[in-house]
Amino acid sequence: MYLKNALCAATALTLISTTGAFAETLTIATVNNGDMIRMQGLTDDFTAKTGHTVEWVTLEENVLRQRVTQDIAAKGGQFDIMTIGMYETPIWAANEWLVSLEDLPASYDKDDILPAMRAGLSHSGNLYAAPFYGESSMIMYRTDLMEKAGVSMPDAPTWSDVEAAAKAMTDKDNEIYGVCLRGKAGWGENMAFITTVANSFGARWFDENWKPQLDTPEWKEAVSFYNNLLTSYGPPGASTNGFNENLALFQQGKCGMWIDATVAASFVTNPNDSTVADKVGFALAPNKEGVDKRANWLWAWALAIPAGTQKEAAAKQFIEWATSKDYIELVASKEGWANVPPGARTSLYENPEYQKVPFAKMTLESINAANPDSPTVQPVPYVGIQYVAIPEWAGIGTAAGQEFSAMVAGQQSVDEALAKAQANTAEEMEAAGY
Amino acid sequence: MARAVTTRRKTINTIAAWAIGLLIFFPILWTILTSFKTEAQAINDPPLFFFFDWTLENYAIVQERSDYMRYLWNSVIIAGGSTLLGIVIGVPAAWSMAFVPSKRTKDILMWMLSTKMLPAVGVLYPIYLLFIKLGLLDTRFGLTIVLMLINLPIIIWMLYTYFKEIPGEILEAARMDGATLKEEILYILTPMAIPGIASTVLLNIILAWNEAFWTLNLTAAKAAPLTAFIASYSSPEGLFYAKLSAASTMAIAPILILGWFSQKQLVRGLTFGAVK
Repeated sequence: MYLKNALCAATALTLISTTGAFAETLTIATVNNGDMIRMQGLTDDFTAKTGHTVEWVTLEENVLRQRVTQDIAAKGGQFDIMTIGMYETPIWAANEWLVSLEDLPASYDKDDILPAMRAGLSHSGNLYAAPFYGESSMIMYRTDLMEKAGVSMPDAPTWSDVEAAAKAMTDKDNEIYGVCLRGKAGWGENMAFITTVANSFGARWFDENWKPQLDTPEWKEAVSFYNNLLTSYGPPGASTNGFNENLALFQQGKCGMWIDATVAASFVTNPNDSTVADKVGFALAPNKEGVDKRANWLWAWALAIPAGTQKEAAAKQFIEWATSKDYIELVASKEGWANVPPGARTSLYENPEYQKVPFAKMTLESINAANPDSPTVQPVPYVGIQYVAIPEWAGIGTAAGQEFSAMVAGQQSVDEALAKAQANTAEEMEAAGY
Repeated sequence: MARAVTTRRKTINTIAAWAIGLLIFFPILWTILTSFKTEAQAINDPPLFFFFDWTLENYAIVQERSDYMRYLWNSVIIAGGSTLLGIVIGVPAAWSMAFVPSKRTKDILMWMLSTKMLPAVGVLYPIYLLFIKLGLLDTRFGLTIVLMLINLPIIIWMLYTYFKEIPGEILEAARMDGATLKEEILYILTPMAIPGIASTVLLNIILAWNEAFWTLNLTAAKAAPLTAFIASYSSPEGLFYAKLSAASTMAIAPILILGWFSQKQLVRGLTFGAVK
């Protein structure tokens, strides 16, 4: 009798634990970007395959960053999966805040992840976040306006080509501006762009001894060029324009060129939202003649598991599902190839169906041209192209961004902005003990 | 002649009041209008005012993507609960300060108000850690307590001001007739201060409903109120202004309707005791 009862209890316990392991509810923090929303709509497929359900916490990018940082630093345990970027991944992995994803099954095919993405999302050779979608930056230009102005855009232009095209297309009386660029202050806004411009002029943020380099001639040349280009041929009020503002201007046909994230390509070529959908050409981000680095960045929104979650196994299953080749097929079958999350896997770019998408080739070339381990022509002690992967960067970048934004607004000169940014950076770095 | 001047002044006053009212209401009106546009119309330049193809598409998408009722229910519980709790604590506190003041009453009132001068972010981390320890993260109970504490100084100050207007002699008379303290507060003071209490309640519901710092920082999936619902439609990479406007309109609609129906009470309460 005793044995029978014990057996019954053991069976019941096993059943409970099995069911428990089978039907977890995962809480996932994410951003409100098009590809993420699509993933939320397709979660039923994951639930059908694994039995796990998902609760989404969708937040605005800056709020998300603050919330997940706070939660992971304080070990709040609110999220089982976090959507994080390339900037956070190596820093958090070094702090042992993330679970390594090296043990994902062979069927996941980790080697298929684009090398640049894998490098940016790894720490000490281990992958800590799986790229959901990746982006670089490139030139999007109006083919009709270029033709009208009698200029052409090479596939791999220089800054001189860009300036000449901007000048030729600008027609301020008809509200056509040769070039639209980011001017809004923020480390992820104007500083992402300005840092890539600096890279393409041969400048770097820090030398090998972590001494800030904003007082060098390369920085002065880069920032002067950016300021002149934007204030001469850009739209009015450019100092407050970020990604969304420029996207709106481009879609309304007011920009001759726009240099920004490759993901913008699917927006500007979408005939439902864009008035210029069939008149857009793409080219690599430019460089200065003779400098062997282009002004293109590298970014990925990736899925990571915070250390200490109780649902690690289920969380890994989700990441495997969401960043797999099968998921890409699933999106393609439901929403078409133009809407699959770009920039994560090599196999996607080998797919003949995807090769028909107009911006596919240029996106891949832009991503491949970016190397976060070697962002500048001169040696640097940091990782990151449009950012510096150190915890102090968010503060340093944002402060510098405010100076450059004020410069574009005409409130101060290039020299003043650079001097203030240099002084602030030096102070912050000293305080941080570099 | 005098009558003509009055009419003119009246007209000017009316026009000025409408102009100011419309100016204040304009951002809300614009949000509501944008919610009926397509994403392309939402960013159209020049902006489209009334003449566009009105669509309910954004509302359908928002409904499909988010569980609006769950957010709404969380907002109702958190805003209502924190206000109710605040009133239960605030009425006796304001009574004692208004009718049996001590030497330090004014200082205490000032001290309470001074807690409102501290930026909320300054205490975010201690409260976050406390919430982790107490298991209150992402719970409606935790958020109700925090919002009650944040609004308590305002509740006590408002009630104190209203109670000061009530003649102490009336309460004395009740005491002479043998009323206990509880009876005095419940049957004499409270009914007389109903307009004041009502406007305090309304104002605090509005404040708690709109509170977006703590509600975003202390919630995730379970206790998230309508502020989190709006935040989930804000996007730095993609133009979703029409959908964001639809979500915002849905989030503010309940409080807008409440404010509309209770505006008489609200104005009466806010100007209570202003004219002697």
